[in-house]
Amino acid sequence: MSARIELRTAPHVKSPRTVETIMRTVVLSLLPICLFFIYQYGISAAASILVVTGACLVAERASTRAGGQSGDIGDWSATITGLLLALSLPPGFPLWMGAIAGLVAIFLGKSIFGGLGRNVFNPALVGRAFVQAAFPTAIASYTPSFLPGRFGEFIPSSLALPFMQPPATDAWVKAMQIDAIASATPLSQFKFEGVVAGFDQLLTSLGGHLAVGPSPLLILACGLFLAYRRYLDWRIPVAVLGSAVVLGWALHAFDPVRFADPGFVLLSGGLMLGAIYMATDMATSPVTPKGALLYGALIGVLTVVIRDFSGLPEGVMYAILIANAAAPLIERVTQPTPFGRGPSSKVRRATYPLTPSYISREEHHAVVPEKGSFKPKVNQ
Amino acid sequence: MKISSYIRGEVFERGIHPPAQKLTADLPIRRLPFPPQVVVPVSQHIGKPPRVVVRVGQEVVRGQPLALAEDWLSVPHHAPVTGVVEAIELRPSARGPWTQSIVIRTHPGASQEDLWAQPRDLSTASGQEILQAIWDTGMVGLGGAAFPTHAKLSVPKQAKAHTLVVNGCECEPYLTCDHRLMVEHADDLIAGIHYGLRATGAVRAIIGVENNKPEAIKAIQAAIDRDKLLSSEHEIHVEAVPTKYPQGSEKMLLMALFGVEIAAGALPISLGMVVNNVGTLAALGRLLPRGQGLTERVVTVTGPGVARPGDYRVPIGTPLQFILDTVGAPAESREVILGGPMMGQAAPSLDVPVTKGVSGVLVFRGEDLASRQKRSTYPCIKCGECVESCPMGLNPSQLGMLAAKREYETMGEQYFLGDCFECGCCTYVCPSNIPLVQQFRVAKQVLRERAAS
Repeated sequence: MSARIELRTAPHVKSPRTVETIMRTVVLSLLPICLFFIYQYGISAAASILVVTGACLVAERASTRAGGQSGDIGDWSATITGLLLALSLPPGFPLWMGAIAGLVAIFLGKSIFGGLGRNVFNPALVGRAFVQAAFPTAIASYTPSFLPGRFGEFIPSSLALPFMQPPATDAWVKAMQIDAIASATPLSQFKFEGVVAGFDQLLTSLGGHLAVGPSPLLILACGLFLAYRRYLDWRIPVAVLGSAVVLGWALHAFDPVRFADPGFVLLSGGLMLGAIYMATDMATSPVTPKGALLYGALIGVLTVVIRDFSGLPEGVMYAILIANAAAPLIERVTQPTPFGRGPSSKVRRATYPLTPSYISREEHHAVVPEKGSFKPKVNQ
Repeated sequence: MKISSYIRGEVFERGIHPPAQKLTADLPIRRLPFPPQVVVPVSQHIGKPPRVVVRVGQEVVRGQPLALAEDWLSVPHHAPVTGVVEAIELRPSARGPWTQSIVIRTHPGASQEDLWAQPRDLSTASGQEILQAIWDTGMVGLGGAAFPTHAKLSVPKQAKAHTLVVNGCECEPYLTCDHRLMVEHADDLIAGIHYGLRATGAVRAIIGVENNKPEAIKAIQAAIDRDKLLSSEHEIHVEAVPTKYPQGSEKMLLMALFGVEIAAGALPISLGMVVNNVGTLAALGRLLPRGQGLTERVVTVTGPGVARPGDYRVPIGTPLQFILDTVGAPAESREVILGGPMMGQAAPSLDVPVTKGVSGVLVFRGEDLASRQKRSTYPCIKCGECVESCPMGLNPSQLGMLAAKREYETMGEQYFLGDCFECGCCTYVCPSNIPLVQQFRVAKQVLRERAAS
């Protein structure tokens, strides 16, 4: 046999899970959600997903080619950013604006920090925050879902020429001749008109022509799959949704007219997508278990506060970005307690008593001789 | 903490489940032929090297002392074969540097019987006498640490031991030598436990065995029942503990058995306990009444591509090359590991001999390593897998980032680097392929050097 042997350091075996497999699984879990989004809004949604994701991949490749970057498009992380960004934009969002959002997400959200794992803010939300500030009208103009002609023609605003004002979609929607026209999201409707959408409609996104994203139920199912396979930290969505429901319930109990019921809080807007896919972005959330709970709770509370007490109908994006900024601090104050350094080493489950029974019995009944009662004889 | 691990009844938090790969669990222990030459390093344990008492050219009989301990933390060595001392010179060792070793050429015609041994009756011996007898066998911890057993079994004056915990977890993947010993030599183990109890003054022994070895538990239980008919001097139990790496760590085992966390930096004796490995005690049970020295041990030789994997009784000092030739290792062997795959050490050369602390010889081929070789290393993506797997509750992610910046003092002072016992869980799970444990080893070494200077 050959004498050529290699020296490596322990451990010599390795778990099969890699960055690529994690990211690829997340992308796969996003595919049903994307398909549902296309089913809701037709070819405009499909074009938006392709253009935004393409822009992210172009930006990622350009950044890694420029050097000084970790990762590449092969690690699938830019694909996740693109898909999430596209899902968070309105389906009729002008494609050129979507491309800008994608480029900004990767360049400003990820590359300038040093690439994969080094970004402070969720890149998809950085891109979305940028276009929200740059194109406030376009990002607020939703079209109703399930329009009859959605697979035949684009929503007119999608095809706006670069740097041109997108055309208004109202006339086009009217031409579709559907009964109930909802050209605002349920959140805006509630905030500005006091209309509460139906619970089951919100849950499935089906029925009617609500201007909503993919079904929260579907997102939840995909999230459960990821959490079960341990591709995401279950603590974060649980804390986000839990704190949002608790705060929403408390506010609703205080004033049912002004504040929506917790079910509406949970299912409306981007809370489900944000809690399951965006807040759980590994690089921008705390690694410590306690920190994850705290971080999630912060997002849930901030979302409800922004929705109910600010001029904006939706607050998930800013809530996550603020929590991203707070993540390093949260991590610092929630470091785990090492084994054997806890405040008390209490017995959790004892198969055996710590001391054999008769020893403790003996010690229990042992008579401690009084000090000085025994005097050794001194030889003189 | 994971809810599921509570439901499954795993009582220490975190940890990992690497594939067990116990290929040799059902094969009986076999004897390896005596090699034509053995190389006995003078220092193969923790502590001072003993003084060599043979000279070059001297004929030695199997079992004859080669070196005598002059310090408390040292053990004697015995000739593993009958033969002639060929040289006392520097030879390659598992750790890398060449060390002083006694090279013995085996007499091809010798019967290789231990003629030196003098059977003795220890039934009335005192604890001190038993400790002395254990010292004379040259026994060290056979689980891998190679800490002198007589020192481990001697209870400090101010402390009192009441329980001997016997570690039969063998949580490392691939290794089965302790498993086979428990199945085949349970009576030796019980005898060894009685010696251990008498040496420490403890009254109770609890054997912890991972629950993936039911036949070992059954064999030990049967041995305990047989033993009860003879004497009821001590209380001996065998207990199945959850299968999880690193269950075989002292602290994790005590957690599983008694539900307590030993305070950081404290030894089990602070709870009145002494922990020992099953292999060590089974060997004691075999050697002490016969008055023999430790001249051989059971080694798991396994790995993908090994033609005849198994647990072999190997003379101490057998060169790896001889073992691999005998068991039919693949020609394209690329990595030979001494110990288990999680904490074992890659052998730098095939001239390295098996020493008292080597529990396994694991052979990987080039193709087994290829998938690892192809993996690229990413920066930490903060997935938190390492934090959820560290049995000591450290934050390997943070430690790794500090190590990359060489902030070793911060690691030691604020992030408890000293608590890390290098089990390798964090590195095993890391999807970014960061060599965390290696970084921690370097950091610890630097901190030790700085503390010493």
